[in-house]
Amino acid sequence: MSFDLNFIGILIGAIMASSVPLILAASGELITERSGVLNLGVEGMMIIGAISGFALMVITDNLFLAVIGSMLSGLIISIIFGLLTQSLLTNHVATGLALTIFGIGMSAMIGKNFVGIPGKEFPLLFINLKENVPFLGPILFGHSIILYFAFLLPFLTNYFLKKTKIGLIIRAVGDSPTSASNQGINVTLVRYSCILYGGAMCGLAGAYLSLIYTPQWIENMTGGRGWIALALVVFATWSPIKVLIGALIFGGITILQLHMQAVGLRIPVQLLSALPYIMTIIVLVVISRDSRKIKLNTPTSLGQIFYKEK
Amino acid sequence: MEVQLIKIEKRNDVSRSIYFLTPVLAIFLTLFGGGIIFFILGFNPIEALKFFFITPISDLYGLSELLVKATPLCLIAIGLSFCFKSNNWNIGAEGQLIFGGIVGGGVALLFYNHDGFYVLPIIILSGAIGGMLFAMIPAILKTYFNTNEILVSLMLVYVAKLLLDYLVVGPWSNPEGFNFPETRQFSESAKMPILFDGLRIHAGIFITLITVFLSWLILYKTYLGFQIKVSGLSLKTAKYAGFKGKTMIIIVFMISGACAGLAGVGEITGPIGQLHRNISPDYGFTAIIVAFLGRLNPVGIIFASLIVALTYLGAETAQIFLQVPKYTGQVFQGMILFFLLGSDYLLFFKIKFLGLKKNEL
Repeated sequence: MSFDLNFIGILIGAIMASSVPLILAASGELITERSGVLNLGVEGMMIIGAISGFALMVITDNLFLAVIGSMLSGLIISIIFGLLTQSLLTNHVATGLALTIFGIGMSAMIGKNFVGIPGKEFPLLFINLKENVPFLGPILFGHSIILYFAFLLPFLTNYFLKKTKIGLIIRAVGDSPTSASNQGINVTLVRYSCILYGGAMCGLAGAYLSLIYTPQWIENMTGGRGWIALALVVFATWSPIKVLIGALIFGGITILQLHMQAVGLRIPVQLLSALPYIMTIIVLVVISRDSRKIKLNTPTSLGQIFYKEK
Repeated sequence: MEVQLIKIEKRNDVSRSIYFLTPVLAIFLTLFGGGIIFFILGFNPIEALKFFFITPISDLYGLSELLVKATPLCLIAIGLSFCFKSNNWNIGAEGQLIFGGIVGGGVALLFYNHDGFYVLPIIILSGAIGGMLFAMIPAILKTYFNTNEILVSLMLVYVAKLLLDYLVVGPWSNPEGFNFPETRQFSESAKMPILFDGLRIHAGIFITLITVFLSWLILYKTYLGFQIKVSGLSLKTAKYAGFKGKTMIIIVFMISGACAGLAGVGEITGPIGQLHRNISPDYGFTAIIVAFLGRLNPVGIIFASLIVALTYLGAETAQIFLQVPKYTGQVFQGMILFFLLGSDYLLFFKIKFLGLKKNEL
C-alpha cells in the first residue's frame, strides 16, 4: 500500500511541475489584463524566454544569469507591445498576435545553433527529504526554486491586487481608465509597467521549460502553452488563486495523457488535450451570460485603447 | 522653462492616400528590419534578402508556388475583412479552415471510390458549410451569451486541431497506411484540376477570385455591406439606425467561416490530396496579417496575400540556401504587422514641428 501512495505522490509532484509554466505565464498575464491590456503575445514572449534562458546557460554556464536573462528578454520583447499599444495606440489583439508570430520566428532564428546541445542539471532542493518521506516527499520536496516561487506567486498576486495601493490603482485603471486618469493616475505608465511585468513572467515561464522541465532547446517548444495560459486567465475569471487551481487541473490533464495507458483509460488523448479549451469556453459562457457577473470579474476596459487628449 | 518642440494633434479626417501608402511603408521598413536581423546573424543582408524575396519567384515554378500559397491566404483574409470591418474579432480562422477541411475531407473519403463531375463540387460545398458552422459557434455565443468572440474563436482553433489529429490517427486513418497519421489519398475526381502540367497551381484560385469579386459586390453595392461598414465605424449609429446587430454578427461570421472552410477544402483537394495532421501552415493566423495589410479592401487583400505568400516561399528558399529555420518567415510576418500597425499612428495623428519661437527663449 505504501508503494501505491508513493506513486500517487510522484504523480502529484509531476502534475505540479507541469503546471509551473502555466502559473507563471498566467499570473503575469493576469496583471497585464487587470490593467485593461489584452496581450495575446504570451506564447511569443514565453518562447523568447525559453531560447534566451537556454542560450545564456550555454554561453555563460551560469544558471542564475540564464534565469534572470530570460526574464529580461521577455520584458524587452514586451516593450515592443507596450510601445505599439500604449504609445502608438495600436489594436491590442492584432499587436499581440504579431508578437506571438514574431517571437516564434525570432526564437527559431536565435536557437538555430543551440539545437541538440544537452541542458545542464538544475539544482533541486531537499532531495534527501523527497526520497525519505513517503507520499508527501515527492509532493513537497525535490523541486527547483522556480516551482516554489510559482506556487507562492498566485497568493502574492492576490495580496498585491487586493491589499496594496498599487494593486488598487492597477484595478482602477483596468476598470475605468478615464476616471483613473481624472484622479491624476498616469494610465499609460501603469499599463506599461503591467505589460513589462507580464513579459518578464512569461520569459520566466519559458525558461522553466528550457532549463528545468525539458532541459534542451527545441523549435516551438512551448507548444501552445502560452495559449493555454491565456485561456487559464479567463477560466480563473481573473482571480489569482483560481489561476493556481486551474493550472493544476490543466497540468493534471497533461500528466494524465502521459499515464493513460498505465491507468487503463480508454478516452482518446486528443479529447483530454482539448478539455482545457472546451472548459474555458464553458466558463466564459457561464460568466458572460449574466452581465452583473461579468462586470464583477472582467476588467471592464480589457483590450480597449485609451487616449488622453493633451 | 519647458519648451514644446513637437505637438501631436488628432486628425479630423483620414487621408485616403496615406491610408493606402502606409502598407507600402510598412513593407519597406520590414525589409530594412529584416536586413538588420540578417546582418546581426552574420549574413550579407542584401544577399540574404535576395534569397528570401527574389530567388523564390525567379522562375515559373516559383511563381506558381506563390499563387498556390496566396490562394488560401487571400480567401481567408477576404472573409475576415467582413468580420473586422464590422468590429467582430474573429481570430479563429485557422480553426474554421481545419474544420472545413475535416468536413470536406470526410465527404471526399466517402467518395474515395466514386468518379464523377459532381464529386468535387459536393466536397467544396461541404467544406464551406463546415467552416461556416464552426464560425457560428463564437458568433452565437457572442450574440446570445455575450461572450468574448476573440477568446472563443481562439480556443476553438485548438479544438479543431485536436479533432483533426484524432481523426487521422484513429477512425479515418488509411487502412493500408501502416499506421501513418494520414487518410487515404482522395480519388482523382475529388481533386482540384491542375491548371498547368508540372506546376501545382490549381483551380482553387478561381474560387478565390470569384469570392473576391462577390465580396466587393456585397461590401460596396449592397445594404448589408453598408450596415457592416456603419457598425464598424460606430456601433451607436448602427443601433440608432435600427440595424439588426445580432443578425449581422452571425452573417459576418458565417461569411468569414465559409471562406476559411473553402480555403481548407482547397488545400486538401489541391496541393495535399488527403487529410493529415498539418493541413495548414497557420494560414488562418497569417491571413489576419493579410487582411490588415490589404486594409480590409478586396483589391488591397489580393496584393497583400501575394506579399505575405512570398514570406512563406522565402523562408523555404532561405532554409535551403542560408540554413536558417523555416520559422524565419514568421519574423517577417510579425514585423510587417508591427510596422503597419505602428505607422497607422500617422493616419490618426499629425505631428507638428513647432520650432523655437523668439519670445519663448
